[in-house]
Amino acid sequence: MNKTWNNKAWWMVLPVVLLVAFSAVIPLMTVVNYSVQDTFGNNQFFWAGLQWFEEIVNSERFHDALARQFLFSGLILFIEIPLGIFIAMNMPTKGLAISVCLVLMSLPLLIPWNVVGTIWQIFGRVDIGLLGATAAKLGIDYNYTRDIGDAWFTVVIMDVWHWTSLVALLCYAGLQSIPQAYYQAARIDGASQWAIFRYIQLPKMRGVLLIAVLLRFMDSFMIYTEPFVVTGGGPGNATTFLSIDLVKMAIGQFDLGPAAAFSLVYFLIILLLSWVFYTVMTNLDKQGQ
Amino acid sequence: MAEIYLKKLAHSYLPNPHRPEDYALKEIDQVWEDGKAYALLGSSGCGKSTLLNIISGLLSPSQGQVLFDGKDVTHLPTEQRHIAQVFQFPVVYDTMSVYDNLAFPLRNRKQDEAMIKARVTEIADMLELSADLKKKARGLTADAKQKISLGRGLVRQDVTAILFDEPLTVIDPHLKWLLRMQLKALHQRLNRTMIYVTHDQTEALTFADQVVVMYDGYVVQIGTPQQLFEQPEHTFVGYFIGSPGMNLLPVQVDGNIAHLNGQRIPLNTHYASKNGDHIELGIRPEFTQLSITESTHSLPVTIKRIEDIGRHKIARADYQGKEINIIVPEDQPVSIDYKYLTLDPNYIHLYANGWRLKQEAAA
Repeated sequence: MNKTWNNKAWWMVLPVVLLVAFSAVIPLMTVVNYSVQDTFGNNQFFWAGLQWFEEIVNSERFHDALARQFLFSGLILFIEIPLGIFIAMNMPTKGLAISVCLVLMSLPLLIPWNVVGTIWQIFGRVDIGLLGATAAKLGIDYNYTRDIGDAWFTVVIMDVWHWTSLVALLCYAGLQSIPQAYYQAARIDGASQWAIFRYIQLPKMRGVLLIAVLLRFMDSFMIYTEPFVVTGGGPGNATTFLSIDLVKMAIGQFDLGPAAAFSLVYFLIILLLSWVFYTVMTNLDKQGQ
Repeated sequence: MAEIYLKKLAHSYLPNPHRPEDYALKEIDQVWEDGKAYALLGSSGCGKSTLLNIISGLLSPSQGQVLFDGKDVTHLPTEQRHIAQVFQFPVVYDTMSVYDNLAFPLRNRKQDEAMIKARVTEIADMLELSADLKKKARGLTADAKQKISLGRGLVRQDVTAILFDEPLTVIDPHLKWLLRMQLKALHQRLNRTMIYVTHDQTEALTFADQVVVMYDGYVVQIGTPQQLFEQPEHTFVGYFIGSPGMNLLPVQVDGNIAHLNGQRIPLNTHYASKNGDHIELGIRPEFTQLSITESTHSLPVTIKRIEDIGRHKIARADYQGKEINIIVPEDQPVSIDYKYLTLDPNYIHLYANGWRLKQEAAA
């Protein structure tokens, strides 16, 4: 076989290379550039090596924010995934009710982050908010600006309200794709409700659940706007998650070097964890074949 | 094992049925014998799946009862009826191994693990699945999956009847034949009542002892393959079974003579018919004969096409605008010079409004 080698075809790839370069690679590289330098202003930079990375990786502030972030994402997954599955399993399967349900559930997903934050910020206010004022009238001590527990409660519930629909809709799609014959066969085999869930519904939802877990993990791990609007990271630093902390560092304190190092470490953590989730869940799938 | 008695059974999907057209399944009253293989045969929408779902308990009939060995099960849920069902598309539990799949119905019934092992091994042997027991069920081919579905029914010792809902739809043609043979052998060995729904006459005729032919909600005939062939009770049975199906010609009947557009066709018995009935003469292509020379009562026809399909030839002839199919044995010559058709009077049947006319008793 005589193949003609024509390297000119590589030019075809150029537009994509340029696009990716300008949208991702070059901005990322400027961050890398900042992360290894120091400045005292006047646009003068000095080589700092891995100093910022060492500082960030060893800083207590970063550790605390990271711990809060893990707790937050953990809570979100722990609540939203089972709740989403539960809602999907109890959604109507025929008639007009489906459309009504789907529209109602999609609504929170369409609201911009900022607006969601504002809604909950007002909703929870002790003086005028429906939730806050009602709680106050009932004699419940609820104040998200003062109490750490209340602040966490508000931020977590807000995320559950905003995003559980996504999990539910994905699971609903997964459930709808199961042929009726499976349920009939299971009844004939004498399977319990739990067995039907465990051996039919859950395996059939595996694909969409993988997507749901990945999406909710990444999104909650990168959350910024909503808690920032509601609590501003407070009280104290109680709800200062990684991205809120990063913005404080980069824009509030203008510590470009440490902030850049922070960004890269943050990015690598997300990348690593997403990879772990994906690998674990796809391997579970292949097990025993 | 059980005898299945369908007592005055009918079903309508409408809430208040009053006309016959409202019924997807018209009233039937039948006993299906224990241990036999039945096939429900009919084209799509004839009510065969409705009947199957009533027997399996997925559907509650609008009237009548279903009795298994004399016990009324009409309103018992599926899981308490001791039946097994194989569906059109293979149903296997994806995450389980073949062994676990087969053990599933027994484990759900809290059977002892040693006994489960014995049963599963036995059934896997019977279905030639032993080599795959440790594999995940999901990775197998469609025919192996169908065998697993069947196996889940067979492991239970209390199963009285096994229902098949067009189980070979997704199987490759060459495996279809093999699987059908295995099913037949299995039936002979197990002696359990089997009910097989299909729209494929070959499947029905090879599998079943008794074929139940359904048409438009009616059970039009129940009989052995031979009975369906030689004595179709309804014109639908005539043309649905056989390839090509029965020839049907509109006639007027007068005692033992049928008049077909002025042509007299002798019948071997007398028939009584009412005026206004739509009478048709039916004869299978196998019982017609072409000749070059005219004889008494032969029909003048024109041959339009001759198809040689190997075992025999099919001549498509025209008689005054009506198409008549004739089967010509392979060793006999045929050409467009054959212009006269004789019908074997022993195999002529007459139908009034679709149903076979009974011969007049003392004619």
